[in-house]
Amino acid sequence: MSLVRGRTGDWEVVIGLEVHAQAIADSKLFSGAATTFGAEPNTQVSMVDAAMPGMLPVLNEKSVEQAVRTGLGLNARINLTSVFERKNYFYPDLPQGYQISQYLEPIVGEGMLTLDLPDGTTKEVGIERLHLEQDAGKSLHDQHPTSTYIDLNRSGVTLMEIVSKPDMRGADEVGAYLAKLRSILRYLGTSTGNMEEGSMRCDVNLSVRRPGAPLGTRTETKNLNSIRFVKQAIEYEAKRQVALIEDGGRVVQETRLFDSDRGVTRAMRSKEEAHDYRYFPDPDLLPVVLDPEWVEAIRRSLPELPDARKARFMKDMGLSAYDAGVLVAERETAAYFEAVVAGGKGRDPKVAANWIAGELFGALNRAGLGLADAPVDADKLGGLIDLIAEGTLSGRIAKDVFEAMWETGADAAAVVAEKGLKQISDEGALEEIVARIVAASPEQVEKYKAGNEKLLGWFVGRVMKETRGQANPGVVNRLLRARLS
Amino acid sequence: MSGLSELTITEARDGLAKGTFSARDLVAAFIAAVEQTRPLNAFITETPEKALEMAAASDARRRAGEAGALEGIPLAVKDLFCTRDVPTTAGSHILDGFKPPYESTVTENLWRAGAVLLGKTNMDEFAMGSSNTSSYYGPVENPWRRPGDNRPLVPGGSSGGSAAAVAARCAPGAIGTDTGGSIRQPAAFTGIVGMKPTYGRCSRWGVVAFASSLDQAGPLTRTVRDTAIMLGAMAGHDPKDSTSVNRPVPDYEAALTGDVRGLKVGIPRQYRVDGMPGEIETLWQRGVEWLKAAGAEPVEVSLPHTKYALPAYYIVAPAEASSNLARYDGVRYGLRVPGATPTEMYEATRGEGFGDEVKRRVLIGTYVLSAGYYDAYYNQARKVRSLILRDFTEAFESVDVLLTPTAPSTAFAIGEKMDDPIAMYLNDVFTVPANLAGLPGISVPAALADDGLPLGLQVVGRAFDEETMLRVADVLEGAAEFAAEPAFVAGRGEAP
Repeated sequence: MSLVRGRTGDWEVVIGLEVHAQAIADSKLFSGAATTFGAEPNTQVSMVDAAMPGMLPVLNEKSVEQAVRTGLGLNARINLTSVFERKNYFYPDLPQGYQISQYLEPIVGEGMLTLDLPDGTTKEVGIERLHLEQDAGKSLHDQHPTSTYIDLNRSGVTLMEIVSKPDMRGADEVGAYLAKLRSILRYLGTSTGNMEEGSMRCDVNLSVRRPGAPLGTRTETKNLNSIRFVKQAIEYEAKRQVALIEDGGRVVQETRLFDSDRGVTRAMRSKEEAHDYRYFPDPDLLPVVLDPEWVEAIRRSLPELPDARKARFMKDMGLSAYDAGVLVAERETAAYFEAVVAGGKGRDPKVAANWIAGELFGALNRAGLGLADAPVDADKLGGLIDLIAEGTLSGRIAKDVFEAMWETGADAAAVVAEKGLKQISDEGALEEIVARIVAASPEQVEKYKAGNEKLLGWFVGRVMKETRGQANPGVVNRLLRARLS
Repeated sequence: MSGLSELTITEARDGLAKGTFSARDLVAAFIAAVEQTRPLNAFITETPEKALEMAAASDARRRAGEAGALEGIPLAVKDLFCTRDVPTTAGSHILDGFKPPYESTVTENLWRAGAVLLGKTNMDEFAMGSSNTSSYYGPVENPWRRPGDNRPLVPGGSSGGSAAAVAARCAPGAIGTDTGGSIRQPAAFTGIVGMKPTYGRCSRWGVVAFASSLDQAGPLTRTVRDTAIMLGAMAGHDPKDSTSVNRPVPDYEAALTGDVRGLKVGIPRQYRVDGMPGEIETLWQRGVEWLKAAGAEPVEVSLPHTKYALPAYYIVAPAEASSNLARYDGVRYGLRVPGATPTEMYEATRGEGFGDEVKRRVLIGTYVLSAGYYDAYYNQARKVRSLILRDFTEAFESVDVLLTPTAPSTAFAIGEKMDDPIAMYLNDVFTVPANLAGLPGISVPAALADDGLPLGLQVVGRAFDEETMLRVADVLEGAAEFAAEPAFVAGRGEAP
């Protein structure tokens, strides 16, 4: 538990999140319009999305399936009956004058999400509910000096609002929650979770209290669109509330906005202006009644999720919790890892994990590439690992080979052949070099024999230099010890 | 050709089928009748050119042997139905200039059956009213007059333009919508047949919404048979309306067998309301006797929650309306009154665009849904609604249809009851329960009251049993022999 140190003592920060994840579906929640990101303004708008007179919503079955799939992935209860309600408020980019959402009867009830924390431990965070709702359009204030323009492309897009219980205690846990949630959504194929495209946005409910005391009054900071901003907002808001209380003030329950330029939160609207959303069941839509068989069919079709995969990597492949956690975070990484291990005989999973988390990730980061675009695919990395295992390459040379593979896209064997990087394990050839170096270094031989055994490393280094690093270090060690003894 | 505009749909259909006249002849006669009826203000938009084009296409289809159920029949359409490229106003200033780029499912179904659009009829603004006086386009006059009294009367509402047009014989049939009686009450006030189908029988897609859980489209005609023909063309499942029901559309005309022997007709005792004129009570009793004489068996039934129907309706309908009308904000279509900020623009647009009755209901609806009042009003009304449905369900365990008066009075003069919304709302006391329960109801003209104006009787059926309801209505119509005609009939003389 991370505590905030105030002037008068320690404070515990209590956080719950509302995450809005855009469901992957070929059309909107209640219309047939497309939902491609980045389309020209107002090109993906049906008559329903524009709330033309007499238009009626028709529920998209794919959206419902994605919500159920996500609910199952969060180990949550699926409500076989749920109800769409209207949330009424006026805003120019809300054409209907109401948002169709779920309120009293959401499609998914309580569930659980396990956080993988940076120290390798885990923590469970409760899921309160998941409900389906329409996204609003976008107001564009920068197109005209005095007028606001409206883009309705997002109007009616399917959002899954995933509400956590107030189980998180700091920015790191929230970061881990968002990362894990995104990972699960991607495994399930229910959302891209891309915060930069607006496919995942987050509201932070935060309060502070003395450790063990009852919950304090919370504020809600709305519409945060990156994990970095979420963390900044939490740090700021926690300190603000602590300072406020310590100065004798009281936290007001209110909605706040994060100003990313200044790194501060500020009140969005006061209670006097608070909306009364006048929720009531949408009479244009029937209650959603799910067939339990249909839900079970979705359950059976779920992929192996990150937690199960992590457990399997630890149990069957002997990976550490940390390595396994890193590999399963993205479905593609885990698949890559499994392809490397399964692609050849006797490949050591730990070696594969190290190469992926080390060299491969490093190269991807430097190049700003995603795994799918890596010039070294699982087959090629597997080939490199095989060459190390059979003694053809030393670990150090292998890194050079990897660099060359990355540059050229060639496989390991081709790089080795072309550059003559093959490890020298031929004892006759190495013996000759070892003999020459020992003969040329009487001073060091004397010191070694006098007991300074650290000098062995110096001799090894000389041999490696002579062989441009290609000598098999194991053989060199053995030959040197024999000659020097 | 003269006299064509006095034909019913059935008569016109037969004449067209025999080749006595063409659709073009028929439509031309009705176009002329529409022109003569202008003083009644029944139409907001007349579409004579489109009608003639559609008539020519209809004649071509008939020649090709492809005649539909309503082939060549001209119809008037309440201006609540969106019609492609034809202005659609909902009787409101706020939809100024709005021409839908789409066609409502119900009108599309009618055109597919061969019908022809004569024009868009006047109505209470957003279908809110029982007198057709709340239209931005001015009140509609009832073609009836009290004998010896030339004061213009209301046609009822909200489908007042459609009712007046059919009664005045400038359209053989029309469509309207019925949220709390908006087809049946004006039908009763104008001496014609008006029917609200079961909720979900006709698609609501493309119909400007008033109260989504109550709105239902239906026909207004001069005979029950015409209503059966029109319903068959209008009804059907529509995947674009989640509340439309997927079940086959029966041959409603075939249901008019004239045989009601053995049917049990429920007489709900709670419909004897205080202050109802004795002559309405008498007519109701006469209706019972007619059906009895035809072999049906009257059974007294109890609908104990009837007295809560009107209050519940005036909570549920405004609640839904307050939300349905939020989209009229001046941003995308219709009227826009500029303002310095979006909020000012909304306020100016809605302030100017909506009339008093609409504002009153939006305010009521907003109030009953607001925090702190929701449970006391909206939730309570929902509970009442389910009790009312239960009343009907229990009653229909022992009877096949219900027989009631349609409205508690005859048509009143324009200007009467205008300062008392409650008195106005009482018009719907007999019609509202069927909307709350989603049941089909039909008003049949049954007699003239002492003031010389028509009175209607209502038959309410089981959900999706329009056939039995129509069969009973048809027998009632035959027994009543209602032949009175309004003071003004197009083609016969000057409009009042």
